[in-house]
Amino acid sequence: MTGLMVNICLLALLVIIVVMVMRTHRLFAVVVLSGAYSLICAVVFVNLDAVDVAFTEAAVGAGISTVLFLAALAVLPANEKQPPGAHTLTSNLAALVIVVIVGGLLIHAAFDLPALGDPNAPAQVHVAPRYLVESDEVLNIPNVVTTVLASYRGFDTLGETIVVFTAGLGVFVLLCGATRTARHTATKDERQGSGRDEG
Amino acid sequence: MNDAPLAVVLAENWNYLVVITLMMSGLFIVISRSNLVKKLVGLSIFQTSVFLFYISVGKVAGGTAPIITGDPDTLYSNPLPHVLILTAIVVGVATTALGLALVLRVHAAFGSIEEDEVLAMKAEDGLPLLRRVAGGEDGE
Repeated sequence: MTGLMVNICLLALLVIIVVMVMRTHRLFAVVVLSGAYSLICAVVFVNLDAVDVAFTEAAVGAGISTVLFLAALAVLPANEKQPPGAHTLTSNLAALVIVVIVGGLLIHAAFDLPALGDPNAPAQVHVAPRYLVESDEVLNIPNVVTTVLASYRGFDTLGETIVVFTAGLGVFVLLCGATRTARHTATKDERQGSGRDEG
Repeated sequence: MNDAPLAVVLAENWNYLVVITLMMSGLFIVISRSNLVKKLVGLSIFQTSVFLFYISVGKVAGGTAPIITGDPDTLYSNPLPHVLILTAIVVGVATTALGLALVLRVHAAFGSIEEDEVLAMKAEDGLPLLRRVAGGEDGE
């Protein structure tokens, strides 16, 4: 019962943080709020028995991604520009209509989901019992999440590593490309002097 | 739907309701805000709401973390969603990093990270991204 109350309060806190993110125009505050959001998510994960996910979220979601955002903000402008009133109203209205329709449909569908914590829900009865029974006997590793991640679903993890590698390569190419193009254009300008065509 | 009182229905579905609220708020930020950094924050809020949904589905009432204790009576939560979400968190940070690199590149090329300003500049002179250097084109 206490767990349920804690759960309800923490999730309400998440909604409050998201509303603050929407209303703030200083990007530094937005980034720090999203760090706090990740950290509270991690606490919710502990409460829902997902300890491995919780410490990954705390380290990667609240740690690394906040650091990445802050590093980017060192170069980018610190404030969001507020466009003039009339324009925001129409663009927000369109977004609001889409969001309310999609959200309404999802909430309608959510009432058909099995209740939270139902041990006979379809998600609980398929492969998970096998993992829980076999993990300790066959592989001698007590942490089932580790067994599934590295053994039963090892190829998933290989795929994840490939995705992360590709993303790292992409970041490298994008950032190096930026400085190289700048330098290239600068030298070309020097060479051609003022003879460069417009457009 | 059953005849249970509203409070019980709400408490049973509270996680799902909050997940949908957070997801739609993230979507709203992505659609309505023109600042690219804020769009990325909205995207990560959307992403985290999906994580919350999976972990909520994996919860078993009265269960504990899926680490085998040796006691045969212990009830464990479902480890499979935990594994899927572990992978998703790491992939999520990789996409965020790539998105931020793109934003930095847009800033280097246009000198702005507001979507409408960038689009207006592109419509004006139609230069491809790679030929642009911030400040250089504006001054002419």
